[in-house]
Amino acid sequence: MNINGVAIDETYAEAFGMKATRIIITALNHRWARHAAEAMTGFATSVIGCGIEAGIEKELAADDTPDGRPGVTVLLFGMSTKDLGKQLEKRVGQCILTSPTSAVFAGMSGEKTINLGKNIRFFGDGYQISKLIDGRRYWRVPVMDGEFVAEESTGYCSAVGGGNFLVLAHSQAQALTACEAAIEAMQDLPNVIMPFPGGVVRSGSKVGSRYKALPASTNQAFCPTLRGLTQTSLSADIESVMEIVINGLTESDIRSAMRTGIDAVCELGTDSGIMRVSAGNYGGNLGKFHFHLREIMA
Amino acid sequence: MIALTLTLREQPGYGIDVSLLTPDRLSGLSTEDIGALPLYNGNRRQPLSSLFDIRGNDAQQLVILNSSRHLHGIGSGMTSGHIRIEGDIGNHLGQGMYNGCIEVSGNSGHWTASGMHDGNITVAGNCGNFAGGALPGDRQGMRGGTLLVRGDCGDRTGDHLRRGHILVAGNSGAYCGARMVAGTIAVLGKVGPKPGYAMKRGTLLLYETPVELPATFNDCGVHDLGFLPLLTRSLAAVDSCFAEHDNGECRVHRYAGDLAVDGKGEILVWI
Repeated sequence: MNINGVAIDETYAEAFGMKATRIIITALNHRWARHAAEAMTGFATSVIGCGIEAGIEKELAADDTPDGRPGVTVLLFGMSTKDLGKQLEKRVGQCILTSPTSAVFAGMSGEKTINLGKNIRFFGDGYQISKLIDGRRYWRVPVMDGEFVAEESTGYCSAVGGGNFLVLAHSQAQALTACEAAIEAMQDLPNVIMPFPGGVVRSGSKVGSRYKALPASTNQAFCPTLRGLTQTSLSADIESVMEIVINGLTESDIRSAMRTGIDAVCELGTDSGIMRVSAGNYGGNLGKFHFHLREIMA
Repeated sequence: MIALTLTLREQPGYGIDVSLLTPDRLSGLSTEDIGALPLYNGNRRQPLSSLFDIRGNDAQQLVILNSSRHLHGIGSGMTSGHIRIEGDIGNHLGQGMYNGCIEVSGNSGHWTASGMHDGNITVAGNCGNFAGGALPGDRQGMRGGTLLVRGDCGDRTGDHLRRGHILVAGNSGAYCGARMVAGTIAVLGKVGPKPGYAMKRGTLLLYETPVELPATFNDCGVHDLGFLPLLTRSLAAVDSCFAEHDNGECRVHRYAGDLAVDGKGEILVWI
């Protein structure tokens, strides 16, 4: 399959089941809501080392937030409910509570919930106040700029993490340009995040390592500098490979995001140095979700 | 299905216990069964049909016409349905109700919504004393739900309030929110002496500056409180003049108290 001259590999992205939640961060303005959100999602690229994968989903207008202030929604993905809850509490406590004018609310409802402000309230040292409004419990924690409002809990759901595609280009700059175009096209899609810096990862990994302590290591088949050393997946004209990893609330969200991203990449065409689009998988044995590139782009 | 309508034939000169009259208790009963229900005046018993004309069959939509301030306890412990009362009603309206909705076109007596767990009560006129308050000997008043009074309330509104919202569009008497344990009382009009007396926790939101606060409340200054937009937005959803205050302005003067008990309550005066 070729789209605008760009070859689409006969392969698939292998993704895993995860647990996900959405929270809403509001502040005096979008700038400060983003500061809080970026702090909380900054070190949340991969569960391998961060414990969680998270990203900003979208900006919300003041009319669309619980407290009528500008806000953003953040999606967080963990390998288990326990991991998700633990990381959420830590990040709310260190990144949102600390951010001036911020407040945090549940962005997902449901019977199954994890703590949001339930334990953060103890920062109030006994001066915290609970308010039950329309069946939802909020905690008011006195802080130096006024009071921090946090909803007690937020819902969570089963989700999918690890959807991906690889952009194989003639040069590093061209690969990055194509990935930037893909991220720009994908960033307005609901229910998905691309958790890596700027949405792009240059260190795609394989499972395992020759070093026992490491659960993952470099994917040498896609490393251009190892082309003559290992069994490579790269032809001579490919000097750079970058990956876009997508986490979504459902399979169809990921499918839709992959299609949008790959479309944007292919639109640049071979004239822009984009040679192939491929995907990362682990032989099909680890993740139960398989996203076949050619099916998605058909 | 036609709403079950009970029309009081004439205004009684004595109190009658009508706490049997809830949609859930009347559901499934025939007109004859409903007419035979015993109503008590003290220890005197008389069948419902001797006082009311009965029409309709949908007990989930119960209507009381030509109501009287001598009918006490209607809606007590109700768990579902809707009661519409045309006229005044007596004491203990919706006492301990668990769910459902009660609307009164006139005034209601004392202890309206006392011990209510959930649901909505709207009184178009005035309420007596202890609206949402605790019965003598009880340690908790309202425990949930919303009581909206479009007129005035008597003394000790929300006494021992544990949870839920009491919204008073008019004035409230003395000791409003006294001994509150938690919950929210909002008063658009004036409040009488000693608001929040001995309150432990909870919020007393006053839209007019009170004449006098208890000496055991400390001035915490003027603030934009983050939770107020949540509260005002919730109040705006209730069909009342509280909606006029959902304009994004949430600046209040905060007084913390009652320091004689725990000091975790607050009186917020809208400015």
